[in-house]
Amino acid sequence: MLNFVLRRLVIAIPTIILISIFVFTLQKLLPGDPVLAMAGEERDPQVLEYLREKYRLNDPIPIQYLNWIGNALRGDLGISLRTNQPVLDLILEKLPVTFQLAVMAMIIALLIGIPAGILSAVKKGTFIDYCANAIALSGLSIPNFWLGIMLILLISVKWQLLPASGFVSIFEDPLRSMSVMIMPAFVLGTALAATLMRHTRSAMLDVLKSDYVRTARAKGLQERTVILKHAFRNAATPIVTLTALLFGELIAGAVLTEQIFTIPGFGKLIVDAVFNRDYAVVQGVVLVTAVGFILMNLIADVAYVLLNPKLRNLA
Amino acid sequence: MTHASENVSVPDPILVAKRENRVWKKFRTHRSAMVGGGLALFFVVVALFAPILPIDDPAATDWMAVRKAPSLAHPFGTDEIGRDVLSRMIWGAQASLLAGVVSVAIAIGLGVPLGILAGYFSGWVDAVISRCTEALLAAPFLVLAIALAAFLGPSLTNAMIAIGISTTPIFIRLTRGQVLSVKAEDYVESARAVGLPTFKILRRYIFPNVLPPVLVQGTLSVATAIIAEASLSFLGLGQQAPDPSWGQMLNIAKNYLHQAPWMAMWPGIAIFLVVLGFNLLGDGLRDALDPREK
Amino acid sequence: MKFTRNALFISLLTMTAMSANAQDLRIGLQSDADVLDPDQSRSFVGRIVYASLCDKLVDITPDLDITPQLASSWSWSADGKALTFKLREDVVFHDGTPFNAEAVARNLARSQMLPESRRKSEVSSIEDTTVLGEYEIRLNLKQPDSTLLAQFADRSGMMISPDAADAAGKDFGLKPVCSGAFEFVERIAQDRIVLKKFDNYWNKDAIHFDSVTFLPIPDNTVRLANLLSGDIDILDRLAATDLNQAEASDAVEVVRAVSLGWRGMTMNIGNGERSNTPWGNDKRVRQALSYSIDRNVLNNVVFNGAFAAGNQPFPPNSPWYDKESPIPERDIAKAKALLTEAGYPDGLELEISVPNTNVPTQVTQVIQSMAKEVGINIKLVTKEFATLLADDSVGNYQASQLGWSGRVDPDGNIHQFVTTGGGINDSVYSNAKVDELLNAARRSADQEERKINYDAATKIILDELPIIFLYHQSWIWGLSPKLKGFKSYPDGMIRLEDVSYAQ
Repeated sequence: MLNFVLRRLVIAIPTIILISIFVFTLQKLLPGDPVLAMAGEERDPQVLEYLREKYRLNDPIPIQYLNWIGNALRGDLGISLRTNQPVLDLILEKLPVTFQLAVMAMIIALLIGIPAGILSAVKKGTFIDYCANAIALSGLSIPNFWLGIMLILLISVKWQLLPASGFVSIFEDPLRSMSVMIMPAFVLGTALAATLMRHTRSAMLDVLKSDYVRTARAKGLQERTVILKHAFRNAATPIVTLTALLFGELIAGAVLTEQIFTIPGFGKLIVDAVFNRDYAVVQGVVLVTAVGFILMNLIADVAYVLLNPKLRNLA
Repeated sequence: MTHASENVSVPDPILVAKRENRVWKKFRTHRSAMVGGGLALFFVVVALFAPILPIDDPAATDWMAVRKAPSLAHPFGTDEIGRDVLSRMIWGAQASLLAGVVSVAIAIGLGVPLGILAGYFSGWVDAVISRCTEALLAAPFLVLAIALAAFLGPSLTNAMIAIGISTTPIFIRLTRGQVLSVKAEDYVESARAVGLPTFKILRRYIFPNVLPPVLVQGTLSVATAIIAEASLSFLGLGQQAPDPSWGQMLNIAKNYLHQAPWMAMWPGIAIFLVVLGFNLLGDGLRDALDPREK
Repeated sequence: MKFTRNALFISLLTMTAMSANAQDLRIGLQSDADVLDPDQSRSFVGRIVYASLCDKLVDITPDLDITPQLASSWSWSADGKALTFKLREDVVFHDGTPFNAEAVARNLARSQMLPESRRKSEVSSIEDTTVLGEYEIRLNLKQPDSTLLAQFADRSGMMISPDAADAAGKDFGLKPVCSGAFEFVERIAQDRIVLKKFDNYWNKDAIHFDSVTFLPIPDNTVRLANLLSGDIDILDRLAATDLNQAEASDAVEVVRAVSLGWRGMTMNIGNGERSNTPWGNDKRVRQALSYSIDRNVLNNVVFNGAFAAGNQPFPPNSPWYDKESPIPERDIAKAKALLTEAGYPDGLELEISVPNTNVPTQVTQVIQSMAKEVGINIKLVTKEFATLLADDSVGNYQASQLGWSGRVDPDGNIHQFVTTGGGINDSVYSNAKVDELLNAARRSADQEERKINYDAATKIILDELPIIFLYHQSWIWGLSPKLKGFKSYPDGMIRLEDVSYAQ
């Protein structure tokens, strides 16, 4: 097992290096001088040149890259050109925000997706199955930023039931936190719920056809027991893997959701940084996201192996 | 939101012709696929015929009718500088559908050849392509598209390129996997053994087997790409004023939610319907092309 | 039932009582501030935060007169080359350091010397300073500079604790230490900036809040929703199109002021290859474009009429506005005649660079539709703001839709845009007469003489049109009705002196 994990980690290294090179060069190719973009109305050429020198923006790109990655390995991701705050601090500040949003969205997705998937598999071909599928497809097809602004319009503007923006940590004020985050979490969770429902359904259908479910039924066990104890437990393996994979996607999906609900998280950090040409921030955030994404994949694989006794022996 | 196409196993090529009949039959009787196809077709027709439909000029402004609610003269209302929302919706359909189709065409054009290369030749070619694919997949899709679109400059064309590139890894992976499984089949092995040129093997045996899953994934990706274009336009990085696209209309509409909610309603509904159409169509195609489900 | 209702009532009472003890004011800003160091900062929002955090040598009145703040009085020498400040004697910085002439000297030196300083050009006329006493300082100037005093009503005049500044260097912005009514507590980027009441503030009787929280909420609709639901008390920059709704609501009070700034179109007259077009070479086509625009309709369509139409670098209500050059009426016949005269009876094309954000694109689309009627076909080239700035400064544009947030002294609104070699003269317009007039206005201390110079320069600029001025933004604040004492200022700042919750 340890061997398997180590091997996967080694394979991940070139991927991370590649992505760091990719992001770095992309950044440098962006038109628009970051120093000028920062300058706004005050464009004193002397100061601009001083800043370019200071942040070594005049060096050749490969040199800049080596400098950056060298510092990054030592835990220094540079400072934001806009606010002078260290990028690492910004990331550590935003990570819990997006994490809370993602976890809440995931809980919502699981609460809706899995029961709906089981139900529609069990009632395959019935009206219930048909409805569940239709709703799931709708969930996949709604642009979630549109869902977001519509919810703001109805719930926050028209009825004034929930706040339209902001963030409060769940550890600080659980009640307020829930009221602020429930809308964005729902928006983010809908598409996931749909994906989960569809996968749960097909995994359940496969299992329900299998011999041991037939045997269990033949033994005269209650249908409820058969479905929850025997069938679902076996269908759970691919669902767990999928959940881990989807978690990475959630972080990506948070980009627009955070923009719409003004949540000061990871996604808002990077979008604002791209628009402000705040290089160090974009590079840092993408690097950290990529590493996180690769780790999530690894966890998914490990979970898959652990849950699959046959594979466990192989690894 | 990934639609990983699952296990499309490989049939004997001799049966392919026969299968095509069966596929069409199955597809035709697939109710939701027909609904999806119908929806998608409707929007395609509307987009294509935009220039000859009896609607207002989408750029014509009316200073006296700024942000007016839906009425007989303007069934969908007017926008922030007094243009007819209905005709902008219809012209916007062009941009949105074009974005969906072109960016997926880019992704297929890049992804399928690379996937075939990686799958068929293995070795270092495979290693390089696969590592690059993983690197691209590790950057969140939308972040990648935003960065690319910002790099290329805000325009519809650049948004399509950005979405196309960001979608490419899915097709590389899909094609590579498909090629790997076909390559191991007996008839390909024997074709190689008798010294058939690589190009012929690729064309005769590999490509036909790669096509069906790519078709399914392509249809589903059009749906994703339409949403992606809308997202980029929503951030100001897609279609640029004065030309409309649904995402760009939403971007403006979000400033007038109080006074003119219809400006935000129509484009959202249109995106929803057309994306639903392509998703249904893709699902139908998958069922029809899946040899397991008879 | 009765019991629960009473309990609820009591708990509500205690809650109000508690909030009366610790009053937090919440301000929703249109965007996040940049670095919080007055010497390094660039953004407009940053200045709104400073209004509570950092006091300045002088301040302005709503009518733009200069009034004392940290300086109790000032005087100019007869030759206009020395400015002497007498300082307040009861001021300390947030870290306890006393405020005195020495501190002022060190602050001015920092504005001039810190490599990252963005204030250099504002204080470039200062040769050196002489400390005349504990609370008196003289600034010796290289040449007379009548714009200097007004600079001290903004970031150049903000006094930071010199000891803290020396200790922190360029990182001062992470934990700014000034002498304003509120001191810095924390900042979470893109989320909030929190300040708390400074107990030793010299004017603390005028301050009625225990803390202020600034919340950047860029989306107009969301920001207004926050005000309507009571989550914020003051809203910075209400969208003009939301005005009707806000005015109709009981939960919002609206306050306005016409800004000091302007919006317009910079025409590329001499900046590189791309200036070599009819638009750069012939003032008549520029005049035709200007005549094709109905500035009042523009204001009505895009801003619900809440902004001010304009044609000069100063808004029509400004004392510096040249009344002899009023806003031109739209005149299609005249525009067409000018085009014919210039040799383009069938019209011509113009490419306008626009930032890819809502308001600028909207304005340009309205102009596009107006100009079409005289035969000018406008093509919009939308760019991201960063790209637009870079392209404009190297001349990669024909016309560009841009603006200026405005300065208290008229010099700041025009000099650097149109004088030869001016810092933001992206048009690369050059006219010896304009240079002479604007430089003279800069040196002169006589306001009437300055006005004559500005009027003369304005007439030339309106004839040659290196910039076609379009409109002046209005600052529109949304206030919670429970607030009283809020005064609007044309610089768009939120000053909290004498603002309080109604009892």
